[in-house]
Amino acid sequence: MSSELSARARPAQVVFYNDPKFRSIAYQLVLCAVVAFLVYGAASNAIENLARSHIASGFGFWKETAGFDISQTLIQYSPRASTYGRAFWVGLLNTLLVAGLGIIFATILGFGVGISRLSRNWLLAKVAGGYVETIRNLPLLLQLLFWYNAVLKALPDIRESIVIPGGAFLNNRGFFLPLPVSKSGFGAVEIALLAGILGAVAFYVWARKRQERTGQQAPVLWVALALVFGLPLVVFALAGFPLGFEFPQAGRFNITGGIEVLPEFLALLFGLSIYTAAFIAEVVRAGILAVSRGQSEAAYSLGLRPGPTLRLVVIPQAMRVIIPPLTSQYLNLTKNSSLAVAIGYPDLVQVFTGTVLNQTGQAVEVVAITMLVYLVISLVTSLLMNIYNSRMALAER
Amino acid sequence: MTTAEGNLAVAELAFVRWTSIAPRPPPAAMAGALGWLRENLLSTPFNIVLTVIIVLLLAWAIPELVKFLLIDAVWSGTDRDACLEFVQHREIGACWPFVWERLPYFIYGSYPIPDRWRVDVFFAMLAVGIVWLLWLNAPRRDLGAIYFFVILPIASFILLTGWAAIGLRPVDTVLWGGVLVTIVVASVGIVVSLPLGILLALGRRSRMPAVRLLSVIFIEFVRGVPLVTVLFMAGVMLPLFVPEQLSPDKLVRALVGIAIFASAYMAEVVRAGLQAIPKGQHEGAMAVGLRYWQMMRLVILPQALKVTIPNIVNTYIGLFKDTTLVFIVGIFDLLRTIEVARIDPKWATPVTSTTGYAVAAIFYLIFCYGMSRYARAMETRLAKSDRR
Amino acid sequence: MNVAGNHGSLLKPANLNTAVAVELVDVNKWYGDFHVLRDINLKVMGGERIVICGPSGSGKSTMIRCINRLEEHQSGHIFIDGVELTADLRKIDEVRREVGMVFQHFNLFPHLTVMDNCTLALIWVRKMPKKQAEEVALHYLERVKIPEQASKYPGQLSGGQQQRVAIARALCMNPKIMLFDEPTSALDPEMVKEVLDTMVELAHDGMTMLVVTHEMGFARQVASRIVFMDEGQIVEANVPEEFFAHPQHERTKLFLSQILR
Repeated sequence: MSSELSARARPAQVVFYNDPKFRSIAYQLVLCAVVAFLVYGAASNAIENLARSHIASGFGFWKETAGFDISQTLIQYSPRASTYGRAFWVGLLNTLLVAGLGIIFATILGFGVGISRLSRNWLLAKVAGGYVETIRNLPLLLQLLFWYNAVLKALPDIRESIVIPGGAFLNNRGFFLPLPVSKSGFGAVEIALLAGILGAVAFYVWARKRQERTGQQAPVLWVALALVFGLPLVVFALAGFPLGFEFPQAGRFNITGGIEVLPEFLALLFGLSIYTAAFIAEVVRAGILAVSRGQSEAAYSLGLRPGPTLRLVVIPQAMRVIIPPLTSQYLNLTKNSSLAVAIGYPDLVQVFTGTVLNQTGQAVEVVAITMLVYLVISLVTSLLMNIYNSRMALAER
Repeated sequence: MTTAEGNLAVAELAFVRWTSIAPRPPPAAMAGALGWLRENLLSTPFNIVLTVIIVLLLAWAIPELVKFLLIDAVWSGTDRDACLEFVQHREIGACWPFVWERLPYFIYGSYPIPDRWRVDVFFAMLAVGIVWLLWLNAPRRDLGAIYFFVILPIASFILLTGWAAIGLRPVDTVLWGGVLVTIVVASVGIVVSLPLGILLALGRRSRMPAVRLLSVIFIEFVRGVPLVTVLFMAGVMLPLFVPEQLSPDKLVRALVGIAIFASAYMAEVVRAGLQAIPKGQHEGAMAVGLRYWQMMRLVILPQALKVTIPNIVNTYIGLFKDTTLVFIVGIFDLLRTIEVARIDPKWATPVTSTTGYAVAAIFYLIFCYGMSRYARAMETRLAKSDRR
Repeated sequence: MNVAGNHGSLLKPANLNTAVAVELVDVNKWYGDFHVLRDINLKVMGGERIVICGPSGSGKSTMIRCINRLEEHQSGHIFIDGVELTADLRKIDEVRREVGMVFQHFNLFPHLTVMDNCTLALIWVRKMPKKQAEEVALHYLERVKIPEQASKYPGQLSGGQQQRVAIARALCMNPKIMLFDEPTSALDPEMVKEVLDTMVELAHDGMTMLVVTHEMGFARQVASRIVFMDEGQIVEANVPEEFFAHPQHERTKLFLSQILR
């Protein structure tokens, strides 16, 4: 009796190829072998092909002279003296500039349109809805080309520039603005601005503490605005308006002086902002709708007015839902800025993967570096987003 | 009754309504069009101001649009003179003769004229496939899937590239252009990205570390970089990685780039759908004795895909718009053909560019908006079927 | 039969004052073309506990939501403690400070702790210093018997606990009138009792209450009057003993036969 049981108690012998663990390892080994084989094959082909076309390898090109001009440079750059490496940084800064400004404009516009879609005013809601539906269903490239070719390039040329009061010119070569030049005494205004910001923060902290102690509320927003904007303005006036402008001078064939904003930059900025704003509007709308109506009803029935209800109850909850997809849209905007290559704005892709790649022929290195830059931006943002999400998760049982 | 009751008499405590009150219509100020106006547009002073501003804006914008597209538009002519203001002595809107003349180019690109029937057959076959798959009451939709994902690609490839053996003259992809290229790129992306995306999603959820690692690396890498760089990578690096004889032509390179990109995004969409399936489904399938691929094919994937159809369609809409980026690697999709055509000196007028972009806008609006309506209809249908 | 004097055998009719707490006069409301409240007339004295029952769609929730202006009535008058409720924002604020409401789905603020849920209105509406607000909140949390949960978040509490926090939150504002919109309908059966017990204690202390509910046991125990609504009208109202023992109207009889087993 017991021997039968013990015989049955021993685990059955499994044929090795049916053992799931063996299979799993076998599959993985096969997969790795296939991938390794493909990588090896690709690499050896690449080496062979590159050698045949006499294209260099390695990153030596970084220190070579660029020899081409870039139409917008935020840092010092000269075609004869600067290196390809320098060109990389110029392109990267241009990308960050247009992406940064685009994010700001898209956010403002997107929040406005998103909130408008939920408005009680039927007309406003429908117009906002129409904007979102139309923009989201048209390719970004089409919108960029439209802005660049049909709008900005259709502006009059230099001699018939549109004159904007205040000393600015608008024509098909760009937007020419007066360049602010700080005169002596402007330092005081800068200090005043800093003082205003610090003062606003200090006032906010003081007001909060006082509210906790005595329950009295203070008009924090107005005081902060007054400090941040008013104080510098007052100092500015007292110091005798220490700000000069270098006005663009319209010559016969050219405009000299002032700030020149390229039409390529403007087209990319408009296109990216308007396009991404439509997506942000949907994110904002979904976030606000995610907060159930019962929340504001509970707040109203406690006696809270709509303003504080929004501020203390609805928006904090809505932001939890809004921020993850919002950062995803910011990332999309940054990646979409690479479409600059279609209209000639000198962003990272246009300068580096365009001109530099053409001149050096080192496709693998150039494309790899470009992709690495975007990858780093994406991964860092994802990481920060994950940290934010885990910290903001509502505590549950 | 004690005085503590206050003023409530005994009689007031008990009450019975013997005659029922019939429903009445709401008061005039509230009802009908006037009431709706007051409620929605004029409820507060701020609202009134807003309404006025918007009405003024629309009163300017809509007539301008109608004027450009229809009223001031030119409908016939042979060259730029038909659309120039100082020749016609009137305000000019859209230059439609430009579109009529170049329409074949916008649709077929430079595809040889005697062979354009093959493109038409391709469009027809594609339409049949789409209707078969999307119309929910169509018969034998499983056959439709095989048609769409297997037969159609093979047949289209032969039709469009040609096969001398059966009398179809080979046509180099360099000659393809316009709507043909847009539809080909979008279709290939759609057809390839779903199966590949499913594989990647399953790989990412796999318990085998090597499989999961490779899937994650692939997905996160492709999703972290712009499509432009993926296309450049496919465009310049692909010829380097393959031996000289197999050097792929430009269209194929772009297709590879688009397919890779779309698959990574589709993988995440499918993965979300898989995560929505409760573990009980896996357990039930395994308890019945199904093996991994059977379980996936018969139980898990049908449910996962059904749940994420709206998201899948949204990804397809994005893919359709992204096909325009092949422009940047030199492929002549619809946008690029319009770009080439609008700078033709024969039609150089101030309105040519806008007219061209209007054509592109109409095309994309129809397709993308159509797809989004379908997605929304599917969403409501799914929601209904889940309600008990 | 002692109709008037015995409003629930367990309760003394304590603190019934002579003031009219809530009065609805010929109140009508439409949702678009749908006549949802028809000629509602109701007078509630201070200290009364009114239980409102009826089939779904009868307008019971709509009626009490009109009392704190979560819904607007189109014709008729509503008086809370003598103040008429109109579109005047100041009047609405006044009314909302005197009227507390407890919802079917609790509507606690999930991003704030239990303590913060209770002190939010005290700090921002009554402008109380934080310490004082927390003392008030703790006092009411003790009354609903969950002071130890003060630093937890709503998501960490059971349904019954959440609803009791909701009651405490409403009580913190020291309302004269409490509205309850089906407070136990969303609770698991084992948690209904703890919430009803809390409401019974509240009634003990003389709070004027209007309760929309299907809990007839609670009604029998505590209600001074039961109001039955159907199709937007008050069909029948009476003291609990008469209401359950001798319902007059056909519809009342039908409704009672459906919910009482």
